[in-house]
Amino acid sequence: MAATVGSSIAVQRAQPAVGCSAGRAAIAPAAPLRRPAAAVRAAQRSLVVSAAQKREMMMWEALREGLDEEMERDPTVCLMGEDVGHYGGSYKVSNGLYKKYGEMRLLDTPICENGFMGMGVGAAMTGLRPIVEGMNMGFLLLAFNQISNNCGMLHYTSGGQFKVPMVIRGPGGVGRQLGAEHSQRLESYFQSIPGVQLVACSTVANAKALLKSAIRSDNPIIFFEHVLLYNVKGEVHPGDYCQCLERAEVVREGTDVSIFCYSRMRYVVMQAVAELEKQGYNPEVVDLISLKPFDMETISKSIKKTRKAIIVEECMKTGGIGASLSAVIHESLFNELDHEVLRLSSQDVPTSYAYELEAATIVQPEKVVQAVHKVCGARGLVSA
Amino acid sequence: MYLLRRMEITSDMLYKAKAIRGFCHLYDGQEAVVVGMEAALEKTDSVITSYRDHATHVMRGGSVLEVFAELMGRVDGASKGKGGSMHLYRRQANFFGGQGIVGAQTPLGAGLALAHQYNQDGGVAVTLYGDGAANQGQLFEAFNMAALWDLPCIFVCENNHYGMGTAEWRAAKSPSYFTRGDYMPGMQCDGMDVLAVRQAFAFAKKHALEKGPMILEVDTYRYHGHSMSDPGSTYRSRDEISSIRQKRDPLEHARKLLLDGGLAEVSDIKAIERDVKKQIDEGLGQAKASPHPPMEDLWANIWKAPLGAEMRGIDSSHKQRLPQ
Repeated sequence: MAATVGSSIAVQRAQPAVGCSAGRAAIAPAAPLRRPAAAVRAAQRSLVVSAAQKREMMMWEALREGLDEEMERDPTVCLMGEDVGHYGGSYKVSNGLYKKYGEMRLLDTPICENGFMGMGVGAAMTGLRPIVEGMNMGFLLLAFNQISNNCGMLHYTSGGQFKVPMVIRGPGGVGRQLGAEHSQRLESYFQSIPGVQLVACSTVANAKALLKSAIRSDNPIIFFEHVLLYNVKGEVHPGDYCQCLERAEVVREGTDVSIFCYSRMRYVVMQAVAELEKQGYNPEVVDLISLKPFDMETISKSIKKTRKAIIVEECMKTGGIGASLSAVIHESLFNELDHEVLRLSSQDVPTSYAYELEAATIVQPEKVVQAVHKVCGARGLVSA
Repeated sequence: MYLLRRMEITSDMLYKAKAIRGFCHLYDGQEAVVVGMEAALEKTDSVITSYRDHATHVMRGGSVLEVFAELMGRVDGASKGKGGSMHLYRRQANFFGGQGIVGAQTPLGAGLALAHQYNQDGGVAVTLYGDGAANQGQLFEAFNMAALWDLPCIFVCENNHYGMGTAEWRAAKSPSYFTRGDYMPGMQCDGMDVLAVRQAFAFAKKHALEKGPMILEVDTYRYHGHSMSDPGSTYRSRDEISSIRQKRDPLEHARKLLLDGGLAEVSDIKAIERDVKKQIDEGLGQAKASPHPPMEDLWANIWKAPLGAEMRGIDSSHKQRLPQ
């Protein structure tokens, strides 16, 4: 696929990203997306381009496109889950694909998460590359044994004989009054499983690019989407761009404080940043992307620059991704910090149905602003 | 069968000598099942079973060394010493283990059958489970999917009549396990008769390939308790155990068939037994000489693509860099 000539946005390579080991140098880090989308498009129209330009679409379409491209490229890639075939996916991620690839490759499963997760693992052990969709991440609690023991640990317990190149994907997180059981954050529970990678997409661009990489990866990847992000609009990278699964994204470069977030919290943080900018702060925002393993290179580089860290997560206060990250930062970057790590997480309560209570359970932009005030001090003490 | 019997008896001794630790589930008494099974299968067919997998591993082409060494946690074990008794695997022979959690292998078995259908390679998947696992929900989930899509799967219930310490009639409303597939046909066979087992598997394979999945219940018996931690005599009488040994032992049955049918002389059988003892002694000797896994192996094979990740040690200050 042709590269967009002269673009200052991340240059895509036409080679598959095989993990990140070869690609770390080759794939440029995502540049901070600070130019308005319209200016980007105008700049590109003026260039001579031979093939696909960036195109605007919703996240579900981007995921669908990534899925379609990978299924076309590799006949061992298949998707299984509830209503992924004829129905097209409850969030339209596999909309219409069964007509193209058939019902074997877009397999409508009965409602038996434990059963079809295990089935996916068994298929993966033979060399297929199944993607198992949980209609909601919360339902995958029923499949926990299969995910932990068989998916995560089989490579190790078989002495390296079997690989499990699966992608387990689905929406999680707090939606709009979906109730406690449909608002769970499974990344907390999965993070301790040895042998899996956890990735959270957040934008249209990284959703497609990360999904492509996840499908190509030989490791089992748990791929977190968010219920409220499927209709977010944005642009996908042109061509066959695959994003490194282990690299965090610097969303906004800054000097005052490092704010670490992922998934929908990226938008909550950027909302707060809009306010903070007016107040004269210059925060750096890092989207973790890789929840396991953490991209310590990007994280420590940021902390060494700003000397202050805030974590904004949707996980509960107890035992979430933020709790782990906070421990890692304190243990390995203690002397680089001027302030203890501030962690904004959801309250340790089941998510209420009532609107105000639900809103109070999760981190809102005001809390992020307050946290920045706390670590950076009132305006006047911080150099811009 | 004699090789398997001696291997399991030897494992019993090794366990009592504390050379094998943790869990050890022995197969003696049930030998006819895997021997008859392999006689009807190809190595291109897939097999998956539970933790009672030592004999299955050998019948899938594994060596006695691989079994003993794995049980003793040595590097020459089937899983390089990192799996243990319940995690023997042999990828080149399509042996998918070796699973620790009761019944968890059954959806995996459906997945193996799915792959056979996906690849249209003419193979079947044999998914073994016990009478204890027969009450697991995920088994019925696997039945449903296999039957729904006509997956080439043979679900084999190795009914040794006891789920650890609980007799089948105390755990299952219906201990006719071959009927519990409901819409899926089932067959029962005498698991102590190796020839009957072979015939049953040949039939089942043909059925699975031509018509769809089915259950094969093999009526068998384990002489040992559930594992080496279980004496096996608190929930069943010694009379019962010795009665099976006298009347239905699979090795005795085979010996009788060979001798009575004029197919072998006593000296032939003795020669086989000597040869087996030699094989066992050799395998055991090699296993005992096999080294323990080096400390670096702690960090090996966590991920297929380790990506140079940095792992923190117990006190977080130790950093282990994984290979690229």
